Amino acid sequence: MFDSLSSKFSSAFASLRKKGRIKSGDLTEILDEIRLALLDSDVALEVADSFIERINARTANSLDEINRGINPSQAVFDIVHEELVAILGGTARRIRYAKVAPTVILLTGLQGAGKTSLAGKLAKYLKDQGNTPILVASDLQRPNAVTQLQVVGESVGVPVFAPEPGNGIGDPVKVAKSGLAFAKDKQHNIVIVDTAGRLGVDAELMAQARNIRDAVNPDEVLFVVDAMIGQDAVKTAQAFLDGVGFDAVVLTKLDGDARGGAALSITEITGRPIMFAATGEKVGDFDLFYPDRMASRILGLGDVQTLAEQAKKAFDGESAAKLEEKFASGDSFTLDDFLSQLEAMKKMGSMTKLLGMLPGMNSGAMKKQLDNFDESELVRTQAIVQSMTPAERTDPKILNGSRRVRIAHGSGRQVSEVNSLVERFTQAQKVMKQMRNGGGLPAGMALPPGMALPPGAGKAPGGQKPPKKKSRSGNPAKRAASS
Amino acid sequence: MALFSKLFAKIRSGSLSSQDWLELERSLIESDLGARSAHEVIELAKKVKGESLEDSVTEILETWLSAQDRTIANAPDRTTTILVVGVNGTGKTTSVAKLAQLLHSRGSSVMVAAADTFRAAAIEQLQTWGGRIGIPVVAGKAQGDPASVAFDAISQAISSNSNYLIIDTAGRLHTKSGLMDELEKIRRVVEKISPIDEVLLVVDATTGQNGITQAKTFAEKLHVTGLIATKMDGSTKGGIALAIERETGLPVKFVGTGEGIGDLQVFDSKRYLHGLISD
Ligand SMILES: Nc1nc2c(ncn2[C@@H]2O[C@H](COP(=O)(O)OP(=O)(O)O)[C@@H](O)[C@H]2O)c(=O)[nH]1
Ligand SMILES: [Mg+2]
Repeated sequence: MFDSLSSKFSSAFASLRKKGRIKSGDLTEILDEIRLALLDSDVALEVADSFIERINARTANSLDEINRGINPSQAVFDIVHEELVAILGGTARRIRYAKVAPTVILLTGLQGAGKTSLAGKLAKYLKDQGNTPILVASDLQRPNAVTQLQVVGESVGVPVFAPEPGNGIGDPVKVAKSGLAFAKDKQHNIVIVDTAGRLGVDAELMAQARNIRDAVNPDEVLFVVDAMIGQDAVKTAQAFLDGVGFDAVVLTKLDGDARGGAALSITEITGRPIMFAATGEKVGDFDLFYPDRMASRILGLGDVQTLAEQAKKAFDGESAAKLEEKFASGDSFTLDDFLSQLEAMKKMGSMTKLLGMLPGMNSGAMKKQLDNFDESELVRTQAIVQSMTPAERTDPKILNGSRRVRIAHGSGRQVSEVNSLVERFTQAQKVMKQMRNGGGLPAGMALPPGMALPPGAGKAPGGQKPPKKKSRSGNPAKRAASS
Repeated sequence: MALFSKLFAKIRSGSLSSQDWLELERSLIESDLGARSAHEVIELAKKVKGESLEDSVTEILETWLSAQDRTIANAPDRTTTILVVGVNGTGKTTSVAKLAQLLHSRGSSVMVAAADTFRAAAIEQLQTWGGRIGIPVVAGKAQGDPASVAFDAISQAISSNSNYLIIDTAGRLHTKSGLMDELEKIRRVVEKISPIDEVLLVVDATTGQNGITQAKTFAEKLHVTGLIATKMDGSTKGGIALAIERETGLPVKFVGTGEGIGDLQVFDSKRYLHGLISD
């Protein structure tokens, strides 16, 4: 998300950076560009305008001061960043638990926003933290919304309270109320109430939402909204705020390329923070929303923090420590270590998604490299290593022609691919040795996929280069392919 | 608000100021037409002399409409097959049901296929609709292969001489190339037996500028023949529909105006454009 917004910002600031001193004409130009970028990203017109006005007020009056500083363009950039964070909600807010359990969470939003899927993700997230949530099926409108919630509940191992079949039958207010009573009785500490989608302009359904709210007296009312929504975000959010009221926002479908300007609009207009972000169709594709990270991402600074956390999650503590130790002690890095890294990387999810979080990755050239990156190469490489014997993995030097042919057969790859992998691995080993000895990464040399260093070893993730396509030239082992 | 009528009244008295033009531009931006397009309209409209403002703006917008046929395909002597695609939650399944109802009410025999095997209870959702309309629904197993459901459906539609087969598919973001390939596979498999006559992309009318990317990407991958713009009953003016027509040349064929089975209208460009510039 925000991709295009961040590339617009990047280019706007790149032109500013070329100038040493900033004249007020430069500022007007760059603010115009930013305004257009915001509108292209579906930031509501009034929000874009007040944003620009604020930046203008903060910069225009202090241009002299800004220009006296060491880095004027950086100063402007910082102001824009600060204001973005301010709109996006300052610091991240967490669920407020009720003093007396159960904590009641009510989900509301437009049709198709993703409430039911979100209900499942939220339930799983809370359950993983040791809670005992229950889902309540109060969407009795959309055909088989109840069935959907039941399937979702089952897949995350959370019970679903669904006394009514739905499809137009049953009273959602009564279901919510009895759901709460049931939860208390069964000592669930969290109740998540799913409701039907409704339009802001639908007075009758808005009244129903209010009635559901009053029946369960929720601790958190969450407004669930599709990140792809356009200018209407403002009207709709306001209608929900007036109609049912909400405490926080959940942005869904952030895994697409929507620019997500609605995030800015809704928080600015309603004063409610964004709490969660849904980033995919799987139940685990769900995370807290971090305003500061998102602002950095908008500005093309990358999301290093998220990357580091995901990396930590993917490498289980032990193997990371082991790798780190190996790296530090100078033990040779074997293909086995490589394999476990590959597995960890696959756990980390899409390579490109991860790399997209790195600083500068949203700029033109980097983006192109990323788009060209072939994820399936990871899988192919893994297959090749898995077809090696333990001895071969520990000491690739023993890989003669016939062994390579056998590995190629076993993994269903070409011998040339085996050769290329071995060559790249050997090279990476050299690079690691060199880095360990304080040499740093040789100029122009990139680590092949899967050869990233374990977290904590050597460089910060931001220092790594994106993987390049393998080169097959000049490989002495090529002879093995024809043997 | 009645902005346009206020401004239209002003122009008749010849007193439109630059502030008024700006207001006009803002209201077009707020319809999701896109900032650049809105600006363009205003610049063009300023140059038109001696006509009512409403007429000149409408005329400019009309030139951006798709010139393609807006009627639904109808193959006279075989099953007409319609594939319905789009991102998650736009209203595909509901639109499949509404379209089936529309064709059914016109006297055609219609079969629908539940090729969304991915989302929980999507199959049941379509089956519920099918039951309400009284038409056959071809379905497979949840999490099964959507292409094989589509294959079964086209085989059954042909053997039962069905006039129409409408295939519902799982929502997918246009950025997921694997899932986009899956659609192509569905198309390939069906077309081994019988041609697909329409690929309808369902777009939520509340969508912002991302709608253009959606339409472009789907159109690149599949031979999209038209759009259904849903949720036009909300507070949105649905300017993205015109933006998509302008950018891709694809025609909006239907608009969704509610959750009921009858809430599907044939796209009426006059009404739509009027809605875009009046309030
Ligand atoms: N108000 C309104 N709601 C709609 C319209 N079309 C679909 N919906 C609702 O949007 C939600 C998602 O629809 P569904 O057909 O399940 O979307 P799919 O995921 O694309 O198949 C449901 O709650 C529908 O009732 C429409 O034209 N107007
Ligand atoms: Mg569906």
